[in-house]
Amino acid sequence: MSLNIDLEVKQDVLCIRLSGELDHHSADELRKQAVNAIETYGIRHIILNLEHLSFMDSSGLGVILGRYKQIKQLHGEMVVCAISPSVQRLFDMSGLFKIIRLEPTEENALQRLGVA
Amino acid sequence: MKNTMQLQFSALSQNESFARVTVASFVAQLDPTMDELTEIKTVVSEAVTNAIIHGYESDPNGMVYISVSLEEGYVELSIKDEGIGIPDVEEARQPLFTTKPELERSGMGFTIMENFMDDITVKSQPGKGTEIRLRKHLSTSKMLCN
Repeated sequence: MSLNIDLEVKQDVLCIRLSGELDHHSADELRKQAVNAIETYGIRHIILNLEHLSFMDSSGLGVILGRYKQIKQLHGEMVVCAISPSVQRLFDMSGLFKIIRLEPTEENALQRLGVA
Repeated sequence: MKNTMQLQFSALSQNESFARVTVASFVAQLDPTMDELTEIKTVVSEAVTNAIIHGYESDPNGMVYISVSLEEGYVELSIKDEGIGIPDVEEARQPLFTTKPELERSGMGFTIMENFMDDITVKSQPGKGTEIRLRKHLSTSKMLCN
């Protein structure tokens, strides 16, 4: 199963919805698409919706951290939502939750960024 | 009764998914929990990715070797490459340590393997390659007999 990447721009927020499996192989494509959208649409914030992500490993942590750093330089914020328990374990292990905010749903995430 | 399986494939990133799904299918006959299967898939993914990116430095001519052994409620995995090896294994195992930050590597691979498995042994020789041996006890396991 590969990774399906759905991107939507709402004002200066990039919503990234992932379904399938995020590993080293698929992380490359996600990085390219996200970087391209951030640069093309003047993006400041990212919402990462992981509701339909069935698998992730440390390569996923790497690409998420990479986008966090990118958006931080633009003084933006990254919000991750609808995370599964298994992905949450990886986030906890890496300490990513200390810097990246979590919301239960995409709607909550949009509200937090003042877009809803 | 011991039940074993071997797998070898080119060091290509598209084979990472193939490797973890194949190992999980083999382990499934021990009737593991979903969490245990996810943990095994994740560690296979980590070790195979390390072999491809670090062992072979993304040279697709390399081969990755996996062997799996099921015995009395335990699963044993070996993931091996014949790549460049790890000069300092202790350093490589530190959380967040990576030699390739430019590739956005998180440096969490070994930490995840240590957390998800009961036992890990790393044998590496510069210029010869690396073998990672992992062992996990399955909580609900019962061997299926023919």
